[in-house]
This record gives sequence, structure tokens and C-alpha cells, in this order.
Amino acid sequence: MKKQIALTVNGVKRELLVNPQDLLLNVLREQLGLTGAKYGCGIGECGSCTVLLDGEPILSCMTLAVAVNGSEVTTIEGLLGSDGSLHPIQESFLEHGAVQCGFCTPGMILMAKNLLDKNPHPSEEEIREHIRGNLCRCTGYTQIVQAIKEVSLTRKA
Amino acid sequence: MRLKPFEFLNPSSLEDVFELLVRYGNEAKCLAGGTDLLVQMKQRRILPKRLINLLPLSELKGIHKAEDSLRIGALTRHVDLERSAFLEKGWNLLALAATKIGSPQIRHLGTIGGNLCNASPSADTAPPLLVLHATVCLSSLKGNRQIPLEAFLTGPGQTGLREDEILKEVILPKPPEGSLFTYLKLGRRKSMDLALVSVAVLVTINPERKTFEQVRLALGSVAPTPIRARAAEKQLGGNLIGEEAIREAAETAAQECQPMTDLRATAEYRREMVKVLVERAVKQSLGFPIPPTGI
Repeated sequence: MKKQIALTVNGVKRELLVNPQDLLLNVLREQLGLTGAKYGCGIGECGSCTVLLDGEPILSCMTLAVAVNGSEVTTIEGLLGSDGSLHPIQESFLEHGAVQCGFCTPGMILMAKNLLDKNPHPSEEEIREHIRGNLCRCTGYTQIVQAIKEVSLTRKA
Repeated sequence: MRLKPFEFLNPSSLEDVFELLVRYGNEAKCLAGGTDLLVQMKQRRILPKRLINLLPLSELKGIHKAEDSLRIGALTRHVDLERSAFLEKGWNLLALAATKIGSPQIRHLGTIGGNLCNASPSADTAPPLLVLHATVCLSSLKGNRQIPLEAFLTGPGQTGLREDEILKEVILPKPPEGSLFTYLKLGRRKSMDLALVSVAVLVTINPERKTFEQVRLALGSVAPTPIRARAAEKQLGGNLIGEEAIREAAETAAQECQPMTDLRATAEYRREMVKVLVERAVKQSLGFPIPPTGI
């Protein structure tokens, strides 16, 4: 039997009908058309389905939509400015060539946002520690770490 | 991987949970963080007809300090352990081990109760809790009962939890004054991996006589459950602190564990690594200089 839930997704209130077994990832992608969060490993090892739940990073493919009723969800789509401009972290990823195939990028950028919101000037070690649950098969991570570092340097304290 | 359909039950109190457990028995599973349960359901290793959602139950959350003990609600997430100001002195060992679990995302979902009830021999919270002399409070319609964590963990994926019970909280007595401690985890890589071997150590020393007083050692991933290395503990307790003694105790620990060969490592390798890591962990807890290792 479907259940009604309420989620605030990227600042917009949504009333949704979901099956108990529906994962948050599938609800975001299929019901709301937000395809930024990706389905990777399905068992919580790759981080490509990362979204922010009430501001904190979680894996949307390991989360039942019914279990997060009433929460606030931020996906990569929610980082765009109201005028459609890219978020400074997104700009920095582009500038540093931190995006190749793009599959890990939404998760990486949300982890970067979560880190920089709490700790505006992290060390390289803290950056690497924070993205340790996000796998990238293309870049070798160097450009990703540089991109995050650059945002932390240019941001005013 | 999608999940097979199930009924989702949203109890509003612990009493409701207990009644649902009595009514549905092993047809129902309790949902906490879901990081183990949902994977098992995706892989069709278990297919519960019903999930009982524990997440909204505030009585299972939070860390409470009493005069001589700490009570940690079963739904306390790993990230809450990392951040809690209550986890100071010897209790900080648990926070240290929590930082070694999976990834930040997993630590925002996974809970201490889930980690223990999943009862993996490699559960990262178990070795620190064993050396901290943790007991678990199990709760049902019949009331509460407390048993030592060591008795609760009975085998791989097996616990002393009855079908009508939930793990309500973890209780930690006050650690000895001046506790020195560390937790070492060896994986195939630094993150997102289960331990091949993990070691928790908590010691107290007599600085004048240069002897060990209390010595507590626990090992993960090298027996059907996380275990205390009691023979090695005995060998050090009360004796002079020295490199040779530590090395010998580490060898004893390697002999008393019962590792097995699996996809991750052979039994022989694990045994050898127990020797290395116990020596390193005891030395590190005492502040001996040890080479940087990255684990």
C-alpha cells in the first residue's frame, strides 16, 4: 500500500505517494526528475547517490523514502543560484578539470559543500578524509581535492 | 537493486514496538540506520515481510551521562559518537573507533545498536566496547534485562536478542582513571572496508614502578565474534612495561584468536597481523615512538 509523505526538496515542499520499498534515490530520480544523484554500487560503497538530508550527507540508495518523511533534501540541482548560475564549488570543479565522466561529481560536490559549510578552510587531509566514501574512477582525485581547496582559499573567512 | 515489497510499520512508542514484535515474530525486522539491513534485503539474503521503523523513537536516541556511567541509546549514530562531548577520557576510545567506520555518509546513517545487532565479527564498535566493559540493555514487554556485551555477541550475525526484544541502550561503566587507549584497524584500503584485523587496547600503568596495572585487549575479525584476548592481558597485567613483554603478549594474542580464511585474507595472515597490531597498539597507547603506518 502506498504511503503519503512530505519532503522539502531543494527548498520546495512536495507531497508524494511512495511504496514502502521505494528508495529515496528512486523517488528523487523517477518521481521528481532529479537525476543528479546517481545509482552506482547500490550497497553503500561508492557515494554516487549522496544527497544532503537536513544538511547532512547520506546515501539515498540506502534510505527508504518513507523513513525520511518530513525531512529536507538537497540534491546537486539545489545548488544552482536563482538566476541559474553555478555554485562556486561547481565552477571550481570545471576550472580544475575535476569532472571527467561526471558520475561521481554530484556526490563529490555535495560532500565538498557539506565540508566547507562546517569547516570553511579544511586541510588537504581533512578534504581527503571527507570524500573518502566517494569513488572516482577517472580523475585520480587530485583535481577534485584541488578544486575543493581552491574554493576554501578564495572564500572569505 | 530494488527492494522486494514489505509492509512498513510506524510504531509511535516502544510499547507499540514490543507488541508488533510479539505479533509478528521473525516475520518482522527492526529498521535503524539501514546500512546493513537494506543491503541484505537488496541482496535477497533476508526478505522480511515487515519492517518496524525505530527511527522516530526519541527514547532510543542520545547519550546520557549518569554519575558513574554513560548510557548510549541504540539509535545513536556513529557521527553522534564522534561529536559527543560526553565521550571523554577512556570513553573516547569508542569515538575513535567510530571515525574508522565506512564513510561520513555511512556514519550519518548507521547506529551503534545496528552495528551490534548485525553482529559482524568485524563490527568496529565492538572491540572498544568490550574493553570498556559495556553491557547492553535488552527490552521487551516483559521488561528490561542487562547482559555483558561479551555474552550478547554469540556468533557471526548472531546475538542473544530474543525475538520479542530490542537492544535499547549500551551502558558503559566509568573507565579506570588514567586510562591509555587506542584502536587500530587494518583493512585492504583506508576507507570503505571491513577490518581484516582490528585491535582495541585500554591500559592503566603505575608510573613509579613502571608496571602495567589493568590491561584490556579486544580483537575484531579474527574469531566468530569480536573477542577479548585474555591470555595476553594476563601476561602483561601487573608486570614491568617493556618491549620484550609487549612482543610476547602480542604473540600470545595471535595464538589465542581463531581467524579464518575468507575473500579478504587468509587465516595465517590475520594471525600474523594480530601479532603486529597488538604490539603496535599497546606501544601506541603508552606513547612509545612507532613508525608511521597510515592505519
